[in-house]
Amino acid sequence: MKVAVVGAGIVGAAAAAALARAGCRATVYEARFPGGGATAAGMGHVVVMDDSPAQLALTARGREVWESLADRLPAAAEYRRTGTLWVAADDDEMAEAEAKAGRLAATGIACRMIDARELARREPALRGGLAGGLLVPDDAVVYPPPVAAWMLAEAVAAGAVVHRGAEVVALGESGAVRLADGTVFDADVVVVATGAAAAALVPDVPVRPRKGHLVITDRVPGMVTSQLVELGYVKRAHDVGTDSVAFNVQPRATGQLLVGSSRQIDVTSRGIDEAMLSRMLARCLEFMPGLGSVPAIRSWTGLRAATPDGLPLVGPWPAAEGVWLATGHEGLGITTAPATAEVLAAALLGRASAIPVEPFRPARLHSPGIRHESN
Amino acid sequence: MSQTDQPRSSVLVWIDGVPVTVPAGQSVAAALLNRVNRGDGSGWTIRQSVAGAARGPLCGMGICFECRATVDGRPHERTCMLAVRDGMEVRTDG
Amino acid sequence: MADNATAPSGAAAAIRGADPIDVLVIGAGPAGIAAATAAAEAGSRVLVIDDNPAPGGQIWRGGGAAGAAGAALRRLAACGAAVVPGTAVVSVGPGPAVVVRGPHGADERESLVRLAPRRVVLATGARERFVPFPGWTTPGVVGAGGLQALVKQGLDVAGRRVVVAGSGPLLLAVGELVVQRGGRLVAIAEQAGAWRLARFGAGLLAAPSKLAQALSLRRAIGPVLRPGCFPIAVRPAAAGLVVTLRAGGPGRERDTELACDILAAGFGLVPNTEVARALGCRIGAAGVWVDQWQRTSVGDVLAAGECTGVGGLEKSLVEGRRAGLVAAGREREADRLRAPAHRARRFAARLERTFALDPRLATLADDETIVCRCEDVAAGRLRGFTGWREAKLLSRVGMGPCQGRVCGTCTAVVFGWTCDDVRPPLVPVPVGSLSMAPER
Repeated sequence: MKVAVVGAGIVGAAAAAALARAGCRATVYEARFPGGGATAAGMGHVVVMDDSPAQLALTARGREVWESLADRLPAAAEYRRTGTLWVAADDDEMAEAEAKAGRLAATGIACRMIDARELARREPALRGGLAGGLLVPDDAVVYPPPVAAWMLAEAVAAGAVVHRGAEVVALGESGAVRLADGTVFDADVVVVATGAAAAALVPDVPVRPRKGHLVITDRVPGMVTSQLVELGYVKRAHDVGTDSVAFNVQPRATGQLLVGSSRQIDVTSRGIDEAMLSRMLARCLEFMPGLGSVPAIRSWTGLRAATPDGLPLVGPWPAAEGVWLATGHEGLGITTAPATAEVLAAALLGRASAIPVEPFRPARLHSPGIRHESN
Repeated sequence: MSQTDQPRSSVLVWIDGVPVTVPAGQSVAAALLNRVNRGDGSGWTIRQSVAGAARGPLCGMGICFECRATVDGRPHERTCMLAVRDGMEVRTDG
Repeated sequence: MADNATAPSGAAAAIRGADPIDVLVIGAGPAGIAAATAAAEAGSRVLVIDDNPAPGGQIWRGGGAAGAAGAALRRLAACGAAVVPGTAVVSVGPGPAVVVRGPHGADERESLVRLAPRRVVLATGARERFVPFPGWTTPGVVGAGGLQALVKQGLDVAGRRVVVAGSGPLLLAVGELVVQRGGRLVAIAEQAGAWRLARFGAGLLAAPSKLAQALSLRRAIGPVLRPGCFPIAVRPAAAGLVVTLRAGGPGRERDTELACDILAAGFGLVPNTEVARALGCRIGAAGVWVDQWQRTSVGDVLAAGECTGVGGLEKSLVEGRRAGLVAAGREREADRLRAPAHRARRFAARLERTFALDPRLATLADDETIVCRCEDVAAGRLRGFTGWREAKLLSRVGMGPCQGRVCGTCTAVVFGWTCDDVRPPLVPVPVGSLSMAPER
């Protein structure tokens, strides 16, 4: 089968590698260079999330594949099992941590409740008076751009072809892609893996940009041990309609701290929103006052591809013959790219999958009545 | 701003725990480098690079960040942009 | 330098007290001083900010009371403009507004301040261009301008053996300073060839002030000047450094080793365009693009001096004065200075021709030579990328605190890349300060 993959972010690269290994003739079209879009903008947090059983299955499988790759990843990938420490500010959040622990444990995900004293001992940079937290020790952090490049190299080793500087501007009949320079390439199936930009190629695809800000600091080795996320993150991050910020600090292999996070729906400008940045950092300082004196050296933004139900779109798009989607991963593209690739390959080739493919089928969010209202 | 050309007085700064008398108005970077002339062997090294190599100042004007040291507890201060102050504590990792 | 007397809050109060501002001048070197003086004397309310601890820029650093520097600084002090050193632009907008970080030793409890002037004059100057060659990260290897700045900050070079290398008129000034301060000037290696220097020297006959300067320099440094000669490697020795200089054209190279304590190597200057780019100003081949009135492509933003194209003191002074006058609405007065401004531009073009870099300099770095000093990225890691951004993401080049200001110019020389991404914070700033909404 001849498959065109549009986009060489981590999702497209992983998909191309999986498809090529499964025997497809995969060709990747990348407008710029691998891993330069949302992949480069993300935190690189490999984390099990449990908002829904499907999300839990996808993230757990994703993390499992990451673990299996760990020994082969290039050093530049900076893969480190820092664990995630979900920080509970008060008793309510502690109860939420308990509930989360129960859900994770039920699927065999190792995790452990941490009391206030242990929290203070493990992460002395956190303010006093926090209730405790939940440690998920097998979560990891990774620096995504080299991984996307590496996965693409794996795809090439398995027979895939990569066109760089090849901007796909339109999808033609059944699998064809047209490039900015007018060239048309045929394929049996085209897989759109362009993140929040998918709607530019696939009209009415239910993906909206959700902008995030990140700040990186100068090196302060040892200040933070695990990826720290406030438990309030879950309720903030999933309140789709409103802008939100949450305390989310990641220790990089370099000793730098990566500081997030913010969410703004339907904002497409990539500029730094100073007010949002300040709000985000102020939230982080509430949890970690000592961060205030650490020099921030860069900030940037990225556009997450958000879907209405918080699950990615992986599978055929019913409105267009030959068009498959691999997008809508919101903030979990790094974690789930390897699992997404498996789901996609299994669905496309009709093979067995490690996890169910049904929950991710784009058809769940397709309403035939609303196609092509404009033009 | 005192004129470095006409030092009127001296200040005492602590460089890596050692008290050093330095003409007022000097930059911290100059004070660090002038240790060479005292023959204490500390050379031009002010910091260790991220891979552990010895480094000293390059640009002298706040651009290159090669002269960083911890000054009065603040990490990553550009010493070429700071004047010595009496009682200042400078920590290099070189 | 920021000294005891200037408590951080003192300078911050000075910024805050400067409201409303007609003209904000960014940079207090000769161009900025000239712009501020002209605008303030024309009746505008002027605020001058500069990242450095004192006004004067690099050329007038620690300038003292004598000469042109003293006169310009006295006039600045008398003109009514507020001058706040130790202050750097962190971000920009809306419009010509900029957000600044307070004075040095920036306190994380101190918020940033938004300055919303009617007009901005960019006088952000230039920095040194570095060319990576094996050993250039060895302690004791500094910039040429770097050595000049450090000596003016109090570095003692008495009795020390100094080799000055690279390119541009700055090398001579550095050599002269070393001699004045009792250093032993071993050599000045100027990569431009003797015939180009001679033609440049002949051209100076048309500019008497520059000629006098050149003659006085010649007595001090003439005997050790080596034209057509550049460093290809430097290594530590038992005492000090050993630098290898290469002379002769392609195929006729002759290498010489010199022992020294300090190698001061700088390959000309490059304009500081970060603030201009953040504001959205068009950047031309030489620097920030300006029209005949020193106006940039962005409304109410003017630019003057080295940031519009490296051309030396006289260009900075005349462009600064013209920009200050235009910013104050005195176009007619600015118009009278068109001829000297034009001459200064011609001189800048001649400088560029004379000191154009030998293409062999781009090939000095071997695979192990560090290019990005913040992140220790060697040249070998950078080969094969399509451009700056890809290289940055995949190799970490430019990801350190200098934000590409050093390695960006290195990769421009070696790989021809344009390092054009500029995002806030334009300078490192404590997280605490960024966490507060800017004042105003």
